[in-house]
Amino acid sequence: MSETFTKSMARNIYYGGSMFFLLLFLALTLHTTKEMPKSDHRENLTEAVERGKGIWEVNNCIGCHTLVGEGAYFAPELGNVFYRRGAGDLDTFKGFMNGWMSVQPLGIPGRRQMPQFNLTEQQVNDLAEFLKFTAEMDVNGWPPNIEG
Amino acid sequence: MAGHQTLKGKDIMDTLKFQSQVVAKPYFIFALVLFVGQILFGLVMGLQYVMGDFLGGVLPFNVARMVHTNLLIVWLLFGFMGAAYFLVPEEAETELYSPKLAILLFWVFAAAGTLTILGYLLVPYSTLAQITGNEYFPTMGREFLEQPTITKIGIVIVCLGFLFNIGMTILRGRKTVINMVLITGLIGLAVFFLFSFYNPANIALDKLFWWFVVHLWVEGVWELIMGAILAFILIKITGVDREIIEKWLYVIIAMALISGLLGTGHHFFWLATPGYWQWIGSVFSALEPLPFFAMVLYAFNMVNNRRRDHPNKAATLWALGTAVMAFLGAGVWGFLHTLAPVNFYTHGTQITAAHGHMAFYGAYVMIVLTIISYAMPKLRGIGEASSKKAQVVEMWGFWLMTVAMVFITLFLTGAGILQVWLQRIPESGEALSFMETQDKLAIFYWARELAGVIFMIGLITYLANFLVDKKETVKS
Repeated sequence: MSETFTKSMARNIYYGGSMFFLLLFLALTLHTTKEMPKSDHRENLTEAVERGKGIWEVNNCIGCHTLVGEGAYFAPELGNVFYRRGAGDLDTFKGFMNGWMSVQPLGIPGRRQMPQFNLTEQQVNDLAEFLKFTAEMDVNGWPPNIEG
Repeated sequence: MAGHQTLKGKDIMDTLKFQSQVVAKPYFIFALVLFVGQILFGLVMGLQYVMGDFLGGVLPFNVARMVHTNLLIVWLLFGFMGAAYFLVPEEAETELYSPKLAILLFWVFAAAGTLTILGYLLVPYSTLAQITGNEYFPTMGREFLEQPTITKIGIVIVCLGFLFNIGMTILRGRKTVINMVLITGLIGLAVFFLFSFYNPANIALDKLFWWFVVHLWVEGVWELIMGAILAFILIKITGVDREIIEKWLYVIIAMALISGLLGTGHHFFWLATPGYWQWIGSVFSALEPLPFFAMVLYAFNMVNNRRRDHPNKAATLWALGTAVMAFLGAGVWGFLHTLAPVNFYTHGTQITAAHGHMAFYGAYVMIVLTIISYAMPKLRGIGEASSKKAQVVEMWGFWLMTVAMVFITLFLTGAGILQVWLQRIPESGEALSFMETQDKLAIFYWARELAGVIFMIGLITYLANFLVDKKETVKS
């Protein structure tokens, strides 16, 4: 680098630039959290949804699945599974979920295995409520199609 | 230095500028042990991708993955801590504030880490959550932050003790740019980890702030740590004037933070967030390759303009390698899927996995192996460098692991492109389902597993270099 560009100039760009962009990032994050109630539909956040999120977490579902594209990439996307397997109807979806969870592991030779988590019907229903909440968030039109 | 010397009954190592640097050694050794574990679990998972029922009942995929990723994070943290304990005293030109604290924290961290991994392996995750009282303070079950809350608290305590020790050392010594950048990065690491304790019931907010740990670590403050370690190594092995290296360091980390902070926006595209993030995230994360490109120019420039020929050729190779591989993995492979219109189709596919593997290996695994390569011969009392023979073995390890990682990345990228083509691009009704698509990708996954085996062979080769020179301490 040329002699005219000195170390102190580089240092000032580092301190000035990173402070400026940190503050800008924090300001935008604050604005985002103020806007989010419109798109995350938190008015739907019931106690069942909250319990369902707990079930989701303590069984480490994210260790195989993705949820709105984040997680492991070993098993299907579940952010929109409420529409894919429940056709957007809560009773249908709960029925599907209770059936599906109870028959795991499928034990098909060579097929990826989902463990048996031994959840109660209540817990599966809470999980279904949580996945419904996730599906109903407005995430800017992702995923591209129903397969997730 | 001639003769066998002792200080307070202990051997003096004349290969170290400051005797307290020796506390870095257990950190580096334990990091490498965990690295082996990480790769073993990676191989199991790679096999489960194609033989779905492999070890099904014993080691479900989600457990193996948690162990694989958590071991990576923890061994890199051990590596960063070892790096700090080694280079901060040398930069500050003073002994470490408290070597005893450093050793105590080593055992605390090693015990907590081992117990956590055993917890993952020995009991179902939900049982681990129950035993550790997750219900009272739920933080578990989020990707990369799976550790029980009590482990997270332990990590914070270890980090605080570590920062205190390093901070006190810097305060009473020379405050070089390298030390200041390193401690800024380390403080940032500790501060952003605190967001792992924030777990709101609203999944949208949970995800938003989860990125404050994950993105602001690996595309933010960790780059400061990487930059500081690389600058230290380049000064040592090239003898280039510190002023020049420090100027480059400032430029690189300035670019890293200016692009990387708003670059967080590339994770906010599909997250119940305002649409402006698609513009901000695309534009700023498109700039994220720049600091890595600058790092390549800088590393090669410094080595080409070297004022001395350091005998540790292996460390030089690692330093150049980490710059190139970080640019490819974090820079190029990051850019491939970072623009919102592209990411709409690639988000959460094997393309993400491809990028993750090469970026972590190139930027963080390799920078830790760089400092280990430079420091270990000194910490073991061998000298400025290992013997030629040991270095040849080490460089074989370098090439085997690095080439294997290139192929892992290429195969996963191939899998990802096909996955997008079959599962994402067609309309609903015509697109293949996730599981049908996965069956079509099997050939890529087999090839990836083969490359993974080569990586493991490379790692074993690399470790064998430590067995070539047996001499433990200088005795004459």
